[in-house]
Amino acid sequence: MAAAAQQIGGRPDEAAPAAIELRGISKAFGPVQANRNIDLKVPKGTIHGIIGENGAGKSTLMSILYGFYKPDRGQILVNGQALTISDSQTAIRAGIGMVFQHFKLVQNFTVLENIILGAEDGALLRPSLAKARGVLKQLAKDYQLNVDPDETIEELSVGHQQRVEILKALYRQADILILDEPTGVLTPAEADHLFRILEGLKAEGKTIILITHKLREIMEITDNVSVMRRGEMVASVRTAETSPEELAELMVGRKVLLEIDKAPANPGAPVLEVRDLKLVDDEGVERLRGISFDIRAGEILGIAGVSGNGQTQLLELLGGYPEKGSKVSGTIRMNGEVLDLTGTKSDAATRRRRGIGHVPEDRQVEGLIMDFAAWENVAFGYHDKPEYQRGLLMNNAAIKADAGKYMEDFDVRPRDPNLAARNFSGGNQQKIVVAREIERNPDLLLVGQPTRGVDIGAIEFIHKRIVELRDAGKAVLLVSVELDEILSLSDRIAVMFDGRIMGERLPDQTTTGELGLLMAGVTETGPVPDAAGTPPARQQGTDRPEGRG
Amino acid sequence: MDFATAIQILDSAVRLMTPLLLACLAGLYSERSGVFDIGLEGKMLMAAFTSAAVAFVTGSPWLGLLAGIAGSMALSLIHGLASITFMGNQLISGVAINFLASGMTVLLGQKIFGLGGRTPSLTGGGRFGEITLPFADSLRNVPFIGPIYADLISGHTILVYVAFLCVPLTWWVLFRTRFGLRLRAVGENPASVDTAGVSVTRLRFAAIAICGILCGLAGAYLATGLSAGFVKEMTAGRGFIALAALIFAKWRPWNALFATFLFGLLEAIANRYPNLEIGPITIPSMFMNALPYILTVIILAGFVGRAIPPRAGGEPYVKER
Repeated sequence: MAAAAQQIGGRPDEAAPAAIELRGISKAFGPVQANRNIDLKVPKGTIHGIIGENGAGKSTLMSILYGFYKPDRGQILVNGQALTISDSQTAIRAGIGMVFQHFKLVQNFTVLENIILGAEDGALLRPSLAKARGVLKQLAKDYQLNVDPDETIEELSVGHQQRVEILKALYRQADILILDEPTGVLTPAEADHLFRILEGLKAEGKTIILITHKLREIMEITDNVSVMRRGEMVASVRTAETSPEELAELMVGRKVLLEIDKAPANPGAPVLEVRDLKLVDDEGVERLRGISFDIRAGEILGIAGVSGNGQTQLLELLGGYPEKGSKVSGTIRMNGEVLDLTGTKSDAATRRRRGIGHVPEDRQVEGLIMDFAAWENVAFGYHDKPEYQRGLLMNNAAIKADAGKYMEDFDVRPRDPNLAARNFSGGNQQKIVVAREIERNPDLLLVGQPTRGVDIGAIEFIHKRIVELRDAGKAVLLVSVELDEILSLSDRIAVMFDGRIMGERLPDQTTTGELGLLMAGVTETGPVPDAAGTPPARQQGTDRPEGRG
Repeated sequence: MDFATAIQILDSAVRLMTPLLLACLAGLYSERSGVFDIGLEGKMLMAAFTSAAVAFVTGSPWLGLLAGIAGSMALSLIHGLASITFMGNQLISGVAINFLASGMTVLLGQKIFGLGGRTPSLTGGGRFGEITLPFADSLRNVPFIGPIYADLISGHTILVYVAFLCVPLTWWVLFRTRFGLRLRAVGENPASVDTAGVSVTRLRFAAIAICGILCGLAGAYLATGLSAGFVKEMTAGRGFIALAALIFAKWRPWNALFATFLFGLLEAIANRYPNLEIGPITIPSMFMNALPYILTVIILAGFVGRAIPPRAGGEPYVKER
C-alpha cells in the first residue's frame, strides 16, 4: 500500500532520491489487470526484494521498468527524474539492466558476441569485441564473474549463462540491476555465489531489485521487501522487521503453513524396485549410469539434484516413454512383477494400467494439451477406460462429470471445465494434472517438479494431497530441484548427479549444505571419477542412515 | 572429354548457377533473420518479367534491372507485411507470393504485349552484354591458364560478377559487422535483440529488403542476361532449388557458392549431353534434365547430414506475456 511504501522513503538515512520510484503504475493485458496502481520506492544502494505468487504481476512490473511493456498509466522516476521508458534502449541508457528468468542469450554465439549485441561501438565488430574483452577481464576481477569470453553459450552451465546476463548489464554500465527469479536454475552453491556477487555490487553502490518467490532468499539478502498480490502492491517493509510467516500471509492473503504437517512414514512392502537402470540416449550420452532404489508403500522418496543430471530420463523411463532411440537396461519391479522395459508393453498406457500415475515435469508439454479444454485434459491417459466409452464414441458426459468433480476436489479456479488449459494459471494447470493422476488412486505416483511455477497457495495444497496419498499407503517418487520441497516432503532423500545416485539421506539427519555437496557430485571420498573411471561407492542409507560426513 | 569441353561445361555451369547463387544468398539473408522464404521463386519470376518488360520498352537493361528489383521488392514487402507486421504464417505468405507472381506475370504480359504471356525478345542493347576482361584475348593462347581466364572467367555479364562478389561480401557483412551480428541474433533468439533495445521488426524488414534486391538481380539476370526476354514460368523451380542449396549450404555464404555450383554443373552437363552414354548404357535426356531436381529431393530428404536452421526461423516474434 502507498502508506507502507512511504514508510521506507521517509526515513532520514534515505533522504537522497530513490534509485527507482514508481507512481501509480497500471497495466492490463486484455481483460487481465496485471498491475493495478503500483507505488514502489527503491532506495539507492540497497537490495530490494519483490515477492509475490505466480501471476501477481512482479515480472510485468519489472518488464515495464525495463521498457519491455508500456504502462497504461503511471509515472516512473529514475534517480529522482521522471522518465518515459518507451523501449529497452531508454531503460539501458538510464542505467537499468535486467536479468530475465529465461535468459535472453543467443545459444550459438560466444560470450563476447552476446555481451556486445546491441551495445556495439560502431558498424564493425572487431573494435567492439576487443574493448569488451578488456572490460570483461576487469569485471571478472571486480565481482568474481569469471566466464571464458570465447566459449559459446550452449557450452556453458546455467550458472555461467546467468553470469553472462549479469555481465551484459554491467557492460552497459547498469547502476540498477533487476533479477527475475535468478536462483530457480541454480544449485545451492551457485546461488550462494550469486548472492556474494550481488553483495559485491551493492557495496559498489549499485541498486538491485530481486524478484523471487523464495522467502528464504528474501530474508537472507534483501534490505527491503515489497509484496505483490493479484496485481497490487500490498506492502513494503524492511526485511529486518518482518518474518517469513508474515510475508507468506501477505502474499497469499491468508495464513499459510510453511511447514508441512505430516506424521512419520509407516512404510510397508516395496512397491517399486529399481535395479541397475541404465540409459544411453540417441546421441550416445549416458544419462543413467546404474540407478537402484526401492520405494515402499506409504513412503515418499525424494530425488534431489540440479536439473539435467538424469532425473528427467529416470521419470520418462519409469513413466513408459523414454526418448526415442535410447538404449535401456536394468530391471524395474512393480509390486514384485518385472515390468517390460523395451517391448510393446513398455508404453505409458500399460504403465498407467499397472497403477503408476505420473505428474510429468513439464506440465505444459507433457501434462496437458494447452489448447484443449480442462475436461478433455482430465481424460488424457485414461481415455480408454470403459466408463469413458459409448460404443465407438467417447462418453463426454462421463468425462465432464469427472472433470467437474476433480476441479471441485482440488479447488481449481475458475471452476469451468470448458475453459482451455492455457487459460488457467500455472498453479491451477498443475492442480488439473495432479488431480487427474491422484484421483485414479495409483499404487505409485511419479511426480516431477510438482510446484515449478506454482504459487504458494497451490504449493501448500498440492503438497498436502501428496502426503495424503502417502498416508493412504501409496508410494510416491518425488523429483524436484527445489531442495526445500524435497526436505519437507520426503521420507527419504536420494541425490542424483550425472546419472548416478550419489547417496541417500534422511531429511531430519541432513542439511542443505550436505545435500548441496552431493548435488555438485562431491562425496565424503572426494569428487566422483568421470565417466571412464570406476563408479563411486554407493551410499546404502535405507536402513542405516548416514549422519553428517 | 577434353580440356576445351571441360572449360565449356564449367563456363555454362557458371552462367546457370548465377541466378541460383543470387536467390540462395537472398534466402540466406531472409532466413538468417528468422523469416523463412519459400517465395524466392515468385520474386525471381516477377523480377524477370518486370525487368524484361522495362528493358524492352526503354531499351536499357539497367532500367530493366531497376524494374526487376522493384518488382521483387514489392513482393518482399508483401511478405514482410504479412509475416512480420501481422505475424502471419511465413510459409503460407510465401506460397501466396509464388501464386501471385505466376499469375500476374502472365496476365500483365498478355495485357501489355499480347504474346501469350511472353515479352518480345530483347535484342542488342536491351540485354546485358558480355564483359571481356582485360588481356583476355592476348592471354588466350597461354596453355591451361589462358583458356580458363579468357573463356571461363572472362566473358560474362556484369550480374555474374556481382553474384560472385556477393559471396565474400555476404560473409563479411554477416560475420564482421554490427548489422550481421544483429541479423544472426534475431534469427536465433529475437528476444535477445529485443531486450538489448534493438528493433526486431526493423532488422527483419532490412533482411527481407536485401532478399528482395538479390532476388531482383536473379530475375533480371534470367530475363536480360541468360536469355533474351521473359517467358511464362521461366524460373522453372530455380527458387526452390536455391532453397535446397541454402539448406545444403547450412545457411553459410561460402557453402552456398559450392552448393549452387553443384546444381549449375548438373544443369550444364545435362545441357551438354542430352543422352549421356556410359559404356553400353545410355542415360536418357529426361533423366539428365531431372537431375537437379532429383538432387534437390535427396538433399531435402536429409542425406547431407544434419542442417540446423536458424532457431527462430518460421516464428513471428511475439513478446512473451
